[in-house]
Amino acid sequence: MLLSMQGISKAFAGVAALNAASLEVEPAEVMALVGQNGAGKSTLIKILTGVYRRDEGSIAFAGKEVDFAMPADAQAAGIATIYQEINLAPQRSVAENIHLSREPKRFGMIDHAAMRRGAEAVLATFNLSIDVDRPVAHFDAATRQMVAIARAVTQNARLVIMDEPTSSLDEREVAVLFETIRTLKRSGVAVIFIGHRLDELYAICDRVTIMRDGQTVAKSPMADMPKMALVRHMLGKELAAFQALAPDRETPERPVRLAIENAGAGVRVRDVSLTVREGEISGLAGLLGSGRTETARLIFGADKMQRGTLRMEGRERSYREPADAIADGIGLVSEDRKIDGIVPDMSIRENMTVALLPKLKKAGIVDRARQDEIVTRYIRALGIKCASPDQPIKELSGGNQQKVLLARWLATDPRVLIVDEPTRGIDIGAKSEILKLLRRLADEGLSVLMISSELEELLAAADRVTVLSDGTSVAALPRKDLTEAALLSAMAHQVE
Amino acid sequence: MSTLLRPFAIKSSGDLARLSVILALFGLILFGALRYDNFVSSYNILSFLRYNSMFALIALGMAFVIITGGIDLSVGGTAAMASVVAALCSPYHWAAGLLGGIAAGLAVGALNGFIITKMRIQPFIATLATMLAAYGTGLLLANNQSVSVSYDTGFTVIGQDDFLGFPIPAWIALAVYVLGWLVLEKLPVGRHILAIGDGEATAGLMGLKVERTLAAVYLASGALAGLAGVILASQFGAGQPTEGVGWELFAIASVVVGGTLLTGGSGSVGATLAGALLLAMVFNILNFENGLGWISLSAYWQSVIRGTFLLIVVVLQAKLMARHNAP
Repeated sequence: MLLSMQGISKAFAGVAALNAASLEVEPAEVMALVGQNGAGKSTLIKILTGVYRRDEGSIAFAGKEVDFAMPADAQAAGIATIYQEINLAPQRSVAENIHLSREPKRFGMIDHAAMRRGAEAVLATFNLSIDVDRPVAHFDAATRQMVAIARAVTQNARLVIMDEPTSSLDEREVAVLFETIRTLKRSGVAVIFIGHRLDELYAICDRVTIMRDGQTVAKSPMADMPKMALVRHMLGKELAAFQALAPDRETPERPVRLAIENAGAGVRVRDVSLTVREGEISGLAGLLGSGRTETARLIFGADKMQRGTLRMEGRERSYREPADAIADGIGLVSEDRKIDGIVPDMSIRENMTVALLPKLKKAGIVDRARQDEIVTRYIRALGIKCASPDQPIKELSGGNQQKVLLARWLATDPRVLIVDEPTRGIDIGAKSEILKLLRRLADEGLSVLMISSELEELLAAADRVTVLSDGTSVAALPRKDLTEAALLSAMAHQVE
Repeated sequence: MSTLLRPFAIKSSGDLARLSVILALFGLILFGALRYDNFVSSYNILSFLRYNSMFALIALGMAFVIITGGIDLSVGGTAAMASVVAALCSPYHWAAGLLGGIAAGLAVGALNGFIITKMRIQPFIATLATMLAAYGTGLLLANNQSVSVSYDTGFTVIGQDDFLGFPIPAWIALAVYVLGWLVLEKLPVGRHILAIGDGEATAGLMGLKVERTLAAVYLASGALAGLAGVILASQFGAGQPTEGVGWELFAIASVVVGGTLLTGGSGSVGATLAGALLLAMVFNILNFENGLGWISLSAYWQSVIRGTFLLIVVVLQAKLMARHNAP
């Protein structure tokens, strides 16, 4: 056995994150590590790699008891980690990133030629031929990931941990990644693959370790674990998650709240028309690059609408900046929480009320009592799991961070809420919870415009779906016509 | 890109900024040489080098600090204190003065590194505090007045004499810059410094020794400020506890003009030298302009003009970079 972690426990500020968790990995195998957000996967990995220290338990790696005090120690021992936000120095060259901390030297000085050759050679084993002198920032996410893997290989890693490696890759890039993982396997390297997409797990992993509530609840060869059973282990209960949501009801033709017609700007949005009615979830579908996010930005006033008209509650409007749209009752929860959503170091309280502060003032000072009331109300209403409202938001799981963001907008009492990929990067359990929440809000009268890449999500939650293709709205499917086949054929429109 | 620039192999916008400062420096030198009679005289060149070596040394330390994404505001105070310590030590031996001054700088640098890496205080605040402490210590040691150095031990040779026709301070600066270039470009630690400036957390996860490296960088900056203090005392014959005010700003300006991003992760030793020389050259040219007799600029006006020039250079660089980065 290459790695054996037994009885690992860890608590943060008295709250148990891990409770006697275990994980075993054989050489040259791909181990899937799955679990909901907050199940303890990340904590377990961070203990293994020396980011956190464990409270209890033992770790054996390559036959020796180990206790890594910092990431450098784990790396030296042969454990490489490729984090979701790929950890490379963006301004340094590919060659340098691959060799950083173990540079080839001649007479004590860096041997740049050897470094370049080494980088090219290791990338060639993954069929990648790029200019290794260029800064890493010049390459796309998939290439950066290959560079990170090449770095792991160069550092003689015997175990490579990949944290949601496919989250920013398209299908072709995923295929390349899987080929890379197979190459690693052939050379005897083991991989821990943390992921949410079941199809990918079954495609590449040999065995699976399932975690829930800080414990390891199941270990099995992948082939012996049916998908339903895997989901059941993760969620801990039978959960016909998505089916339950699908409203099998007729969609009454309620009044239109927001409508854009023939909207366009630049080349990304050519000609988009869509409507969002009162109390419904209107889906916005399309392939990557079809202009969904850009359309949302037009509606929200983040980009200037150059062509077409926008009507909000019957009146023609033109928003020059988001403040105008917000004043009209429109909110936008953006796609990338980390970039333009949360302020990681600030508390839940502050993150939730930051947009609201001007309204909370009494004689120029923030009215703490009203702030408390709002924060407590939404923590309860949305089921946000946290130790206290003053916990920094970065300590929450992805799903709970998303809920705080939703709460931020809900607290401004919007009539239209645009949510861009609301369930990205959060696990199945939290996903269905977020969707249920949106459903409930719609039932209470809110109009939701939901951008999503996941068909199941749209099928389950949306009352109608507008499909974009190449910046143009090509179909508007009402609930009764909403099938996977209909969506797919509309999305494939104009795509050869 | 013209054929003239091709050999520089511009791979990033930072390279472009660095190239532009070197071209600007040559432009100014050409301007001065054509306009003023004694600009290309050995007297002007040698005194220019002798005086500005101090600033070049401090700018180099500052460049390393800024590459890590930090700042060192204490260098002026450190140089002033070190000049006093050097003067006080100079009667024992010339080397005692030299080493004493450097040791004073090392002490401040070590303190900076400790406060920043161990106590996790922002560099801006930490070095602001040590700047005040260094000035205070210098004034205490000097009893609130300048301290004459010893003329018997040869201490003044360091700042005042020449070697092979060039001022010794210039040789010292040259040697230190070659060393700095080696460290940044050729030694692993240089690449680690750049990577840390690119992202401290990431660098740590990549297994780099972040705290140790940062501490070493502040130590080096302190040592170079100490060395500048030694040259100050030796050149002017006295430890000067009230000198050094604004030196940190001159150093920061040199580094920025040299194309080093204040956000860290990028920078060059050669361009820092060019930046320091460029700013000094503006002063030199203003002096000559005064000498022509047509205008008479007070020191205050010179400061305004230098600030304006700095602003123009930085704005032009930003525009160049923006154009280079555009698709």
